[in-house]
Amino acid sequence: MQPLYLSQYTLATCLGLGRRANWNAVIQQKNGLVPCEFETVKLPTYIGKVSGVEDTELPARLSHHHCRNNQLALLALKQDHFIESVLDAIHLYGKHRVGVFLGTSTSGILSTEIAYRFRNSETGALPEDFRYAQTHNTYSVSGFVRDYFELEGPAIAVSSACSSSAKVFGNAARMMACGLIDAAIVGGVDSLCLTTLYGFNSLELLSPEVCQPYGKKRNGISISEAAGFALLTHKKPNHPKAIAITGIGESSDAHHMSSPHPTGDGALAAMKQSLAMAGRSTDQVDYINLHGTATRSNDAAEGLAVAALFGKSVLCSSTKGHTGHALGAAGIIEAALSALAIENGTMPGGINTKEVDETIPINYLLDNLVSSPKVIMSNSFGFGGSNCSLLLECP
Amino acid sequence: MSAITVYIEAIGLCGPGLDGWRASETVLRDQSQYILASTKIPAPESLPAAERRRVGVGVKLALACSADALDSGTYLASELLSVFSSSGGDGDNCHVICEALASNDRSISPTRFTNSVHNAPSGYWGIAFQARQASTSLCAFDGSFSAGFLEACTQAVTAVEPVILIAYDTPYPEPLRSVRPILHSMGVAFLISPRHTPQSIAKVQVSLGQAKADEIQNVDLEALRQNIPAARCLPLLMAIANKTEYAELTLDLFTNQQLLLKVEA
Repeated sequence: MQPLYLSQYTLATCLGLGRRANWNAVIQQKNGLVPCEFETVKLPTYIGKVSGVEDTELPARLSHHHCRNNQLALLALKQDHFIESVLDAIHLYGKHRVGVFLGTSTSGILSTEIAYRFRNSETGALPEDFRYAQTHNTYSVSGFVRDYFELEGPAIAVSSACSSSAKVFGNAARMMACGLIDAAIVGGVDSLCLTTLYGFNSLELLSPEVCQPYGKKRNGISISEAAGFALLTHKKPNHPKAIAITGIGESSDAHHMSSPHPTGDGALAAMKQSLAMAGRSTDQVDYINLHGTATRSNDAAEGLAVAALFGKSVLCSSTKGHTGHALGAAGIIEAALSALAIENGTMPGGINTKEVDETIPINYLLDNLVSSPKVIMSNSFGFGGSNCSLLLECP
Repeated sequence: MSAITVYIEAIGLCGPGLDGWRASETVLRDQSQYILASTKIPAPESLPAAERRRVGVGVKLALACSADALDSGTYLASELLSVFSSSGGDGDNCHVICEALASNDRSISPTRFTNSVHNAPSGYWGIAFQARQASTSLCAFDGSFSAGFLEACTQAVTAVEPVILIAYDTPYPEPLRSVRPILHSMGVAFLISPRHTPQSIAKVQVSLGQAKADEIQNVDLEALRQNIPAARCLPLLMAIANKTEYAELTLDLFTNQQLLLKVEA
């Protein structure tokens, strides 16, 4: 495929706002996870909450889009000169030549969850100020971003659970390859809500401690919220370490709705496809940012797939120990952290994990390793057996 | 203006008064024959028994219209790339979860939570047909059909492989129904090929632009088109059913951008 350059990118996670704050925390091996105190939720687990979401005000012309998810989106857009970069792209290419492709799993459903507590006692109706389309609906965040920039190009929300914001790179790449657009805003936004917290609790997948990806004693995920964006162009940005997406592998497990294929067959197919698309061999990959959610089954299945394809030759870790699992935003966050790893010449060690599960035969990195990774793979897998593997490099 | 060219290989339909593509072709040719009736959704026979019990209307719709599109046997679901597009996912399931979360006992069923993901139909469809190719699940609110169709076309052209688009919508129960009043379930499947084949039933050139979306003369069908996002494809279905030699159509996408189609029989 033609390389898709990250002309600009940014992220907001529980580690901080923007690239520098996030990378500093990763390198200092800090996690942003805290005991769960969110809304009225009472669950014995850890969460990752982004500071400043509630204080983020949407512009008056977009106030109808007000909800936690869009506040989080705007907070991230405001970092790292991302807005200015998009405006430059619009100036260069035109409003109808910039597309929006964002991943989310739950969008602004928190607004509906709360509205259901305030139904009219006689009619059962939702409060009058409740706006479904601009909050709850899956498309809400893409509509908000499209309206924020007053765009007239194509826009979608991709919602395939935890692979969503990795898969958006594929949607953008196809639309650009067909010549329908010249630039794309890709990314993902998922904000804390009751559906995911109580939902993962019902599946007994929430860790009572901070999550320990690939740990011998791993016992579930730590849910977090996050937003990340990248501005993609075929035109190479004017700086020496410009990062590009060179491979996008997508596959389906066809196995189970909420458990991965036990030997990671779907993950394997996605990884192989991303290498093939980039024309890279396994020995050219310097580091894998694993999906590594810290559930028993995810890490075992992904680890088997990585071992089958790479053996122990490649260094890998999961940064979900730092950021928690941002679900539909995980793909873009980990793509951004992978890009930062290339830019900063360091592979981040996975944290929280004290002892790596020795039954998973991969080379899991616990300490940061200063080197100069050039080619990095980032894995994202989701419910419904949706797999996506991205290849990032500095061409 | 860039345009991409694809071929429609087959269509599947499961909507109100639209029981399968073959039966609906007559109605779509002669709109006066259309009678609005509840959507008849067949049982999801293709799913293993354990899964069959768990699924909601969205999954059943997706399976039904895809089975209709694939019934000639020329294409195998297991080999197809797929795009699933819905303006809202499973309304019933969402309502039950929101009710539980608003109650004092917030426990929700693991199956309900699993089924709440927007890509549930894609996941179950994959399990039903052992389809391991790439699958995208997307949403563009009222523009979901056109956005899905565009995504499926770009996928077909760039991968040079056939793609199945499955667009479906289900009604919400109250109280969400009042704020999102979709009145009927409807699913539609398009099998899209990047190449002309002996099965091709229409050639479609797709581009983006600004124009007024086409409307339908028949009042009931026009009401469907406006009410159900998946039904925004009705003008395209009619052009294909009529074997129209050449038609230029505009399908709704966004207020400031529509999908422009040039359809040739």
